[in-house]
Amino acid sequence: MKPRHKRIAAIALGVVALGVVTALVLSAFQENLVFFFTPSQVVAQEAPQGRTFRIGGMVEKGSVRRQADGVTVQFLVTDTAKSIPVTYRGQLPDLFREGKGVVAQGQLGADGVFRANEVLAKHDENYMPPEAAEAVKRAPETAEKAARTLKQ
Amino acid sequence: MIPELGQIALSLALAVALFLSFVSLYGAWKADASLMSFARPAAQSIALLVAFAFGCLVHAFVVNDFSVAYVATNSNSALPLQYRVAGAWGGHEGSLLLWTLILGVWMTAVSLFSRHLPEEMSSRVLGVMGLISAGFLAFMLFTSNPFDRLLPAAADGRDLNPLLQDPGMVLHPPMLYMGYVGFSVAFAFAVAALLAGRLDATWARWSRPWTTVAWMFLTVGISLGSGWAYYELGWGGWWFWDPVENASFMPWLCGTALIHSLAVTDKRGAFRSWTVLLAIFAFALSLLGTFLVRSGVLTSVHAFAVDPKRGVFILALFALLVGGALALYVWRTARIGLGGSFAPVSRESFLLANNVLLAAAAGTVFLGTLYPLALDALGAGKISVGPQYFEAVFVPIMAPALFLMGVGPFVRWKHSSLPELAVLLRWALAVSLALGLLLPLAMGNWSAMVGFGLSLALWVVLTSLLSLKKGARTRSHYGMVVAHIGVAVFVVGVTLVKGYEAEKDASMRPGDKVELAGHVFLLEGVASVAGPNYQAARAKVSVSRDGRPLTVLHPERRIYTVQQSPMTEAAIDTGFTRDLYVSLGEPLERGAWLVKVQYKPFIDWIWGGCLIMALGGLLAASDRRYRFGIEKKSETFVEARA
Repeated sequence: MKPRHKRIAAIALGVVALGVVTALVLSAFQENLVFFFTPSQVVAQEAPQGRTFRIGGMVEKGSVRRQADGVTVQFLVTDTAKSIPVTYRGQLPDLFREGKGVVAQGQLGADGVFRANEVLAKHDENYMPPEAAEAVKRAPETAEKAARTLKQ
Repeated sequence: MIPELGQIALSLALAVALFLSFVSLYGAWKADASLMSFARPAAQSIALLVAFAFGCLVHAFVVNDFSVAYVATNSNSALPLQYRVAGAWGGHEGSLLLWTLILGVWMTAVSLFSRHLPEEMSSRVLGVMGLISAGFLAFMLFTSNPFDRLLPAAADGRDLNPLLQDPGMVLHPPMLYMGYVGFSVAFAFAVAALLAGRLDATWARWSRPWTTVAWMFLTVGISLGSGWAYYELGWGGWWFWDPVENASFMPWLCGTALIHSLAVTDKRGAFRSWTVLLAIFAFALSLLGTFLVRSGVLTSVHAFAVDPKRGVFILALFALLVGGALALYVWRTARIGLGGSFAPVSRESFLLANNVLLAAAAGTVFLGTLYPLALDALGAGKISVGPQYFEAVFVPIMAPALFLMGVGPFVRWKHSSLPELAVLLRWALAVSLALGLLLPLAMGNWSAMVGFGLSLALWVVLTSLLSLKKGARTRSHYGMVVAHIGVAVFVVGVTLVKGYEAEKDASMRPGDKVELAGHVFLLEGVASVAGPNYQAARAKVSVSRDGRPLTVLHPERRIYTVQQSPMTEAAIDTGFTRDLYVSLGEPLERGAWLVKVQYKPFIDWIWGGCLIMALGGLLAASDRRYRFGIEKKSETFVEARA
């Protein structure tokens, strides 16, 4: 091969390698994006079934219950308009508290129960996870939208 | 009174920093030796002034001066002394002061160990660093002054976040910042070389030891943070791909690429423009790391500060420093030249592949970390990118890098032959594949992932040891071998933890037993104990194996009294081949407790590997060829012969 051909081959190889890496990254990225939904959106069936997503809101007061096995916990997450039941196995984070903000990641079952495999309730007493705050803020507009859909 | 002295010291430091950047940059431009002679004393006085201010802040913490707003928010009179001192960098303002102090330390080091450099070069380097410190001092004085008074003074402080009350937290930020800020030296060298318009091999050689030492600190800092998360957060994870962790990982990846690329520029004069660009990016990512963590744009354990005004200031500073450097780069790039040519099979091209892979890795972390933020900022919805993404892309990108790591040291500069390499390395390849695939069988549970990971780690170890026989007998070569073995140890740890870890959540009453991975955990009882600033429920868990008692663990669930915040304090039995990890959850009905037990095989190898990597960096940086100008000649001679 002439030097020029070698160089072209090397560049072509580089471009192919870069393309493979980019394709790999983007497909992994696409598959693993986790979207966020508010409880009202979940009730309005905007959230996907069988795909992992996040919900956020407040832990409804008086809703936290341990099931008979002692390890599974059940609670309601609310955005003040709607609430959905969530189950989680294991230890809840230190700052998980009734009436405080929470974000849960998991999948929605056919029975309408959200099975979380991760519960986040970080930050201090006065600070709410932004996603939870967002859910509460958006509750009225989602409700409005739902009402409009009903009227039509 | 003392806080005001600190404030005055900071203002003086700002003035001196502006003076320094003017005299040294203008002086170097005009080749005015009398102006440039101010550079060293000015750099050292900035360091002294900032150190004095830092001392004032620590003093305010030690004497519980709650009339200082920053002390009132981050300390409490019941806080033990060592955490009051560490509290000085537990919040936004104090950590910026620490950043600036460490910049002063690096500037002093440069001023002391740059006597063999041409006066213009050292002067420009100090000038650029002076500019950076001026930016940070102004940022501190105008938006986040640690000495702001609180009127009337608070009766007591709001306490340091309980998560930060830990020995790991005392060391983690200074180490991390030594790394972040250390990259400012490489950045300053690159900008100085661009300003001078001379981008030959010399600047690369000068900045090599600095870059390696900064990288070493960053490695230690990141592993300390990871270790802290492991035992303090109580979940038993060691890396969460959390944006804050990623923020420190990106400069590390970029810095690792820089170390390798600097080697090529130093030895062969090639990759010049790429090396300069990497030096700029490594520091840009360090700044971004500081910005992400400290401006409160992230939702994460670490982002305790929430104030967008500061974000705008840091963004402006970022644009000025990085944008300026990049503009200079574009302007000068035509002059840089390409350097030595090389064949497709040569040390250069292997290091190029290393750089491409590391840069790709940094890019994927960047995408996964910043895309959700960008989307959120644009109001296009809230998404998050989980660990699955990073794991899915990291293995395919890093596996070839590990393979090449074994071959690279045997490839000659300029040109090498593949068949020769194959003959040289065939036994190492065969042995590592055979052993790597058989070992998981011996551990009782074969999996392709574990076999693959162990093979790669063995491959790196065997080839590294083999290269000791063939390579130069210099400290930089030994340093490389040690660092590469550190990577292999790290890979073993990650592979075996991922492959064989086990965990169990159980509701336990005193007298109950749980079995996990051959170990029996017996909850003997839970007692209530009082700490200096917390109340705790303390469990006694005895562990036995095959009927023989092994150890007794005491996990706690603490309530810190000032903020009434609960904290899980896990108990860990550390071993060479495994950790046993017990954390105490919430109390359940009828005297039962939620207990989580975990079995973590070889997890300590992860941090051990990082420390070995850092040790390798230290060895390489201490090579005498970097130390004295006089010895450079004899070294060149040796190299010419080799």
